[in-house]
Amino acid sequence: MWDDDDAIRNIQKDQARFRRIVRGLIKEDLRRYMSRGELLGRKGDRIVSIPVPQIDLPRFTLGSGKEGVGQGEGDPGDPLGQGQGEGTGGGEAGQAPGQHVVEVEITIEDLAAILGEALELPRIRPKGQDRLESRKVKFTGIHRVGPQSLRHFRRTYKQALKRTIASGMYDPNDPTIVPVREDFRYRSWKEAPQPRANAVAIYMMDVSGSMGDEQKELVRMTSFWLDAWLKAHYRGITSRYLTHDADAREVDEHTFFHSREAGGTMISSAYKLCAQMLEKEYPEGDWNVYTFHFSDGDNWSSDDTNEALEVARTKILPRCNQFAYGQVDSPYGSGQFLKDLVAALQDDRVAWAEIKGRDTVLDAIRAFLRKGR
Amino acid sequence: MPTRRELQEWVVRIAEVARSYGLDFYETRFEIVTYEQMNELAAYSGFPGRYPHWRFGMEYERLEKSYAYGLHRIYEMVVNNDPAYAYLMEDNRLVDHKMVIAHVYAHVDFFKNNHWFAPTHRKAMDEMANHGARIRRYIEEFGLEEVEGFVDRCLSLENLQDYYAPYVVRRRAEAKPIVTEPEEGRKAVEGMRFKTKKYLEPFVNPDELVAEEARREEARIVEEKRYPVAERDVLGFLAANAPIPRWQRNILSMIREEAIYFAPQRMTKIMNEGWATYWHSRMMTEKLLDDSEVLDFADHHSRTVARQPGQLNPYALGLALLRDVKERWDQGRFGPEWERCENLAEREHWDRRLGLGTQKLFEVRRVYNDVMFLDEFLTPEFVERQRLFSWKEDERGTPRIDSRQFDEVKRGLLQQLTNLGEPVITLEDDNHANRKELYLVHRYEGTPLRRDWAIECMRNLSQLWTRPVHLETQVDDRKVVFTSDGNEVREGV
Repeated sequence: MWDDDDAIRNIQKDQARFRRIVRGLIKEDLRRYMSRGELLGRKGDRIVSIPVPQIDLPRFTLGSGKEGVGQGEGDPGDPLGQGQGEGTGGGEAGQAPGQHVVEVEITIEDLAAILGEALELPRIRPKGQDRLESRKVKFTGIHRVGPQSLRHFRRTYKQALKRTIASGMYDPNDPTIVPVREDFRYRSWKEAPQPRANAVAIYMMDVSGSMGDEQKELVRMTSFWLDAWLKAHYRGITSRYLTHDADAREVDEHTFFHSREAGGTMISSAYKLCAQMLEKEYPEGDWNVYTFHFSDGDNWSSDDTNEALEVARTKILPRCNQFAYGQVDSPYGSGQFLKDLVAALQDDRVAWAEIKGRDTVLDAIRAFLRKGR
Repeated sequence: MPTRRELQEWVVRIAEVARSYGLDFYETRFEIVTYEQMNELAAYSGFPGRYPHWRFGMEYERLEKSYAYGLHRIYEMVVNNDPAYAYLMEDNRLVDHKMVIAHVYAHVDFFKNNHWFAPTHRKAMDEMANHGARIRRYIEEFGLEEVEGFVDRCLSLENLQDYYAPYVVRRRAEAKPIVTEPEEGRKAVEGMRFKTKKYLEPFVNPDELVAEEARREEARIVEEKRYPVAERDVLGFLAANAPIPRWQRNILSMIREEAIYFAPQRMTKIMNEGWATYWHSRMMTEKLLDDSEVLDFADHHSRTVARQPGQLNPYALGLALLRDVKERWDQGRFGPEWERCENLAEREHWDRRLGLGTQKLFEVRRVYNDVMFLDEFLTPEFVERQRLFSWKEDERGTPRIDSRQFDEVKRGLLQQLTNLGEPVITLEDDNHANRKELYLVHRYEGTPLRRDWAIECMRNLSQLWTRPVHLETQVDDRKVVFTSDGNEVREGV
């Protein structure tokens, strides 16, 4: 009944078809996925698992099970425990009981491709692409010495066979071949240079008192997609995270998204730190630099704003592919910083967006990435 | 892990044991499969040659994941066919295999002897493979998207059929195709002509008027010829009458056939699983277990009949109820004498030593389906002992235990199982408003249809029929008619 293992099994075709459909659905519904940050589970570095509600075929069926029969302990009036078959709560309407959720794994590249197709984003053209940055090992030749693990069995056997026949010791009735040391052949490798562009993304976030959890969530969702896009274009991109209130510091990813400070906002502090970092660690030319700054736009003073923009213009902009500023709507923020920034930095490399709510995450991403820098 | 030869010996041995208990089954072929193959087979409901469809891929993906996360594992799968096919998972221990083989034989006995399975196609393996080959050919000819889209549409209407049709002869006239015979109308009009002298004819019975009359009469006749009785097999009606190309008609029929094939398994889920569990547990404990395997068996068996909090496990419920039936018929706890007895102490120790239990069980497995089984054998004592309850959602949507009253529980169970828990929708008129539109009625029983899906299905239905389609149902206890013209679905009263 079973074909041999090489044959593509029917189920694999059906599974591939299902995945294509899911991909199409994700693309269609990208805006919804983007506005639901919690949906995206990271698995390792390059794989994301996306739960899609099982795409059931519609059928005539009775509305959500408002009653039924169960088995177990409890008195009338007690709520049923888990496992009654309720779909996971939350989200939009249309949650039928017992609705399965299928997790579909998708690579960052695929996700970025979907994002690119959906938003019609141009591919990034990295600077310095032809620079030889890394070397890749390729097995190309045969050596007479080498580690046992690389022994080339067929060549070794051939060699031994040749020798045996040449020396007249070959007996067709007992064709035992015993290789000696000279017969052994090993695979050998060459290092091939591989063009590769270096890239770094610096994420900066305002964590002052006025940035609430919802604001951070917006930043988190936006950065997830930015990160996915950049990762798809630059293997081994480095991400750095800075937070600032009146003072800036570098933090790890987790802290970046979860910490909350109180106090004032001095944007210049973050820009100065960022400039410093670029100068020291990422010398010009070698690196594709992306900076993203998120804030509610409520800076401490106009003096500080001027100072920050000065740093941005003279020290950050010249070094980076793109300088992006996302302004998150908050109940406290005046949003003044964005106006100042737009007025002060008239440069092609500056991208900005207002993130007013979950629905506008998509627009922000488009604004940040549409230039293909 | 046992060798193939060892397993082969056990297969023969267990078949003998099963026969010695009176089980009567088709020849059963066991295949040993890896977990990947098992998941694949499960996704295809046991038929390796099924037609290509993404939903099998989705099911496979789900099974694969839950296997990988250790959430579940399929031990047994058996196909109702003659010969029957059953699959054994290759890395199971011998004790699991023994239990599964015993379980399988009881299932096959049930397939062979239960009345509700009598009309099923016993060469389903071949039939499904044929369907697969045909649909693959259509895909080559018409393209994947086209065929898949049509299959999706048919599947969404899959349950618009009469699950009980194979068992009863419905009194109904054959669906007559609507033919407009111009003669008929004219003939009827002839009789209505005013008698007059020939030369007055053009004035008394002017031609236009007669023609007009004939047209009206014709329409009336056609109107009368509409579907004479409410039709439950909407899918069958569509397969016979929808103006669709041949290949689509074939697909529609295939999908209908497959749904009919699977229906008895859904109708007897509780009994069938209960029966198989009852027999594997008897055979294992009485004949097959080695001392060293007792614990493993007990562990595995108890997982089979484990209860999720608040949920019904068909294995457990079926097993418990069958055991209850056996005990009652062994002890004579039935009949008028037992019914009349009101002395609790006497009832407690009632034992007539009739020993009719096993005989009764075989009778039950021959005649009943789940609805009948529960209707007849569920007792207040059983409901109490099994801790069954009915639940309802409160106004905030939290399900809460509603009642432990026997009547309530029984009503709930039967409602859940009647018509496989699906809405009854009948075709009332295939020439509605004399415009060749379909008029369907949902027999409302207190639960409204799931709205978004109903709308989708209406759209599919009208695309198949190529004419507008109406569905009368109730929402919030008032009558509503959905009308679909193929694109839009409107809601009227």
